[in-house]
Amino acid sequence: MKYYATKINEKGNIAVDDTILVKDLPCTAGSRILEGFKSLFSAEAVTRLEDKGYTISGKTHVGEFGLDLCGEFSHYSEKEETIKGAAAELVKNGEIKAALGVDMNGAPRRAAALSKVCFLKPTYGTVSRYGVVSTAASGEQLGVYANGVETIKEIMEVIAGHDDKDGTSLKDAAYDYKCDAEVRGKKVCVVKELLEKADENTKSAVLDYAKKLETQGVIVEEISLDFFDNANTTWQILYTAETCNNVSRYDGVKFGFRAEEYRNIDELYVNSRTQGFNFLTKAVILYGSDVLSKNRYEDCYGKALKVRRVIAEKMAELYNTYDAVLTPACSKTEFKEYSINDAFTKVFSEGVFTSVANLTGTPALVSGGVQLMGNHFSETTLLSLAYAVERMGE
Amino acid sequence: MNYEVVIGLETHVELSTESKIFCSCGGHSSPKEPNDCVCPACSGMPGMLPVMNKRVIELAVTAGLMLNCEISRYTTFDKKNYYYPDLPCAYQITQLNHPICTNGVVTLKTSQGNRDVRIKQIHMEEDAGKLVHEGKFSYVDFNRTSVPLIEIVTQPDFRSAEEVVTYLNKLKSMFRSGGISECEEGAMRCDVNISVREEGSDKFGVRTEIKNMSSFEAIEKAIKYETQRHIDALEYGTEELVQETRRFDDVSGKTFAMRNKETEADYRYFPDANIMPIVIDDEWLEQIKSAKPVEIDEKVQYYRDEGISETEIEMLVSNHKLSKLLDDVVAMGCNAKETATWILTDCAGVLRKDGKTLDELNVSDTQLAAIIKMVAAGDINRNAGKKILIAVVEKGVDPVAYCKEMGLDRKVDASAVEGIIDNVIAGNPQAVEDFKNGKVKAKQALFGACMKELKGAGDVNLIRELLDSKLNNL
Ligand SMILES: [Zn+2]
Repeated sequence: MKYYATKINEKGNIAVDDTILVKDLPCTAGSRILEGFKSLFSAEAVTRLEDKGYTISGKTHVGEFGLDLCGEFSHYSEKEETIKGAAAELVKNGEIKAALGVDMNGAPRRAAALSKVCFLKPTYGTVSRYGVVSTAASGEQLGVYANGVETIKEIMEVIAGHDDKDGTSLKDAAYDYKCDAEVRGKKVCVVKELLEKADENTKSAVLDYAKKLETQGVIVEEISLDFFDNANTTWQILYTAETCNNVSRYDGVKFGFRAEEYRNIDELYVNSRTQGFNFLTKAVILYGSDVLSKNRYEDCYGKALKVRRVIAEKMAELYNTYDAVLTPACSKTEFKEYSINDAFTKVFSEGVFTSVANLTGTPALVSGGVQLMGNHFSETTLLSLAYAVERMGE
Repeated sequence: MNYEVVIGLETHVELSTESKIFCSCGGHSSPKEPNDCVCPACSGMPGMLPVMNKRVIELAVTAGLMLNCEISRYTTFDKKNYYYPDLPCAYQITQLNHPICTNGVVTLKTSQGNRDVRIKQIHMEEDAGKLVHEGKFSYVDFNRTSVPLIEIVTQPDFRSAEEVVTYLNKLKSMFRSGGISECEEGAMRCDVNISVREEGSDKFGVRTEIKNMSSFEAIEKAIKYETQRHIDALEYGTEELVQETRRFDDVSGKTFAMRNKETEADYRYFPDANIMPIVIDDEWLEQIKSAKPVEIDEKVQYYRDEGISETEIEMLVSNHKLSKLLDDVVAMGCNAKETATWILTDCAGVLRKDGKTLDELNVSDTQLAAIIKMVAAGDINRNAGKKILIAVVEKGVDPVAYCKEMGLDRKVDASAVEGIIDNVIAGNPQAVEDFKNGKVKAKQALFGACMKELKGAGDVNLIRELLDSKLNNL
């Protein structure tokens, strides 16, 4: 059983998902198409951690381009038994202090929920995406796995802050986060429609968490909101289109995997990409290519951009009333093995819990197997709510 | 029947920036070898993000101001998808939805009088790389990827090849004098949209597009050929015209239809999420406006007022580097007309000796100003100035130090000059004798001998005066 795609330091205290670049190390993003590729530079978050004395233990296995549920479909899992949600599991076992992951469509949040560790997907633009193997630039964010929220705060304070090398990076040079802000009197809502999509174990985990919040003086209310399915469809249109475009650079010409047999440039492209990508990535490419095509653009991609704005407004409205939304991070507490042919629809059905945060660039924190979402820059609220529950113990 | 040709133009112009449009690679205008000016960003490696080069926006806005465009205060970038090995990301970053400039107009002076051509839009984009085919193999050179371009799209307002060439020449001199583009061979590329209709009709005929031409001569020939092809089709039914993309073959002077595959692709344009929308506020726009070089007409008038000749003015306004050098030297307190002569005659002469042109001039404004000032102040004579200039061009010496070192300074001690003249008179009895017999040339020979002894230094007038008085007093 392997956690690492590349291990470099037994004593390292930070693991990095294989969708994040570390100078001179191979980076495959779980895909054959990047076989043999080594990075010439480190991600900004990695450099900032190293500058503060943290050491990188290695690159943890991920599902191909982070597109699956939580790491079950890596090209390398076909050859050897790789661990699903490897970074989350390493954190849980206490082998490392924290890990970095890329949250484009909820994979690290699901992994954290299943392993019962924490993962914070911060507000879009607070952590540099320089050195992230990009799939959907408009919603992906580099985040942190750790056993407790205090460690998340510690790591976030190192990696967050403006970076000139990322045009989407916000201008604030640094951020102060707190875990121990007052939570008494904060208002949290539970969305009925999302709760109904989860199994009994997950449902009771969310309700237990709500009760614990209430004992800390938090006001919890159940509400009904109907737009999470629309948000999920919207994000699927946007992320598949952006991913299709971003992975088009992996063509067998410049680096990574190239098919052995080809007679001309078209065959070089087709054969390299056919053999280099897995079924799920191909499904994403086809879907994304379709929603961008001339005949479909207005009805699909163009409309999704408009719906994104509407949903952002609706979420902002919600956050006028509530400080956070409490939801499941995924529908189950355990996923059985399944065929990659079902992966695209499976990922979509789980996306209903996670998509809205990617779509609107808002922060989402997984802790104790559940998810807390909040408005832009509400990390301190989310961390403090989770910390209040964390301190209560089991 | 009388026909009228209707032409619209899309012109790509490479911008003169130090670095590429989305990365800090420089030196791309004169790379030494393939893939010399390449980084992870412009070679499509994962993890790199485009970082907007502000200078590109400023140059695009300046071009828009010159072409009387409306400047968009909100401008965005889009991705255009297609696979080709010279395009490392398999998409090109360009502008579709919110181009930087729109609705401009440029007035052309043609043989038919003044003609207005409307500019539809100007947008910014990155260039692609280059493929080199050798035998069985093809090689990729990314030196040109992400080199900044602007594309200027006109309305179909041209009515002849002459107008098109006049327009292109106007763009060229405008952009060169404005420091927007060097517009060197290949740095300006055109796509020509062309259709033919009955004179007086307000309907457009079938339109064809001739792609990717860079020489004005080829553009003119292609338009003339294509116009005739359309007229023949309409008049004699030689063929059925279809809307298509064509290429011009320089050798045969004909245009040929391109394969459909290349022209009917769906580029799946969509907004680039890595580049935030750019807002050009009043302050920035004012800054760009005030930094905008004076219009050519104003500049020409200024040079004329300073007494610079028409030929020299033409050379200056068509070359931003030279006019900037002149303006900078003048700003240091030198006379404009003198400076123009120094640059266009003296510098050009020195370079010509080495088989070079003014484009390769490597004299800085301070170096040139130092030489001109020494001459103007009477410290050295013009010949000595030229000697210094040669040394500056060839060895990059400091003019003032070099002047001292070589003893070219004219302030040679008057008694030393006198001594040298005495020696020359004593050493050339024959010439002195000839002078006494009324041969004017003899005096010139003696003067030359003095100058030779003085190695070009010394005040010429003083030497002449002293020599005269000594000869007359013999
Ligand atoms: Zn570069």
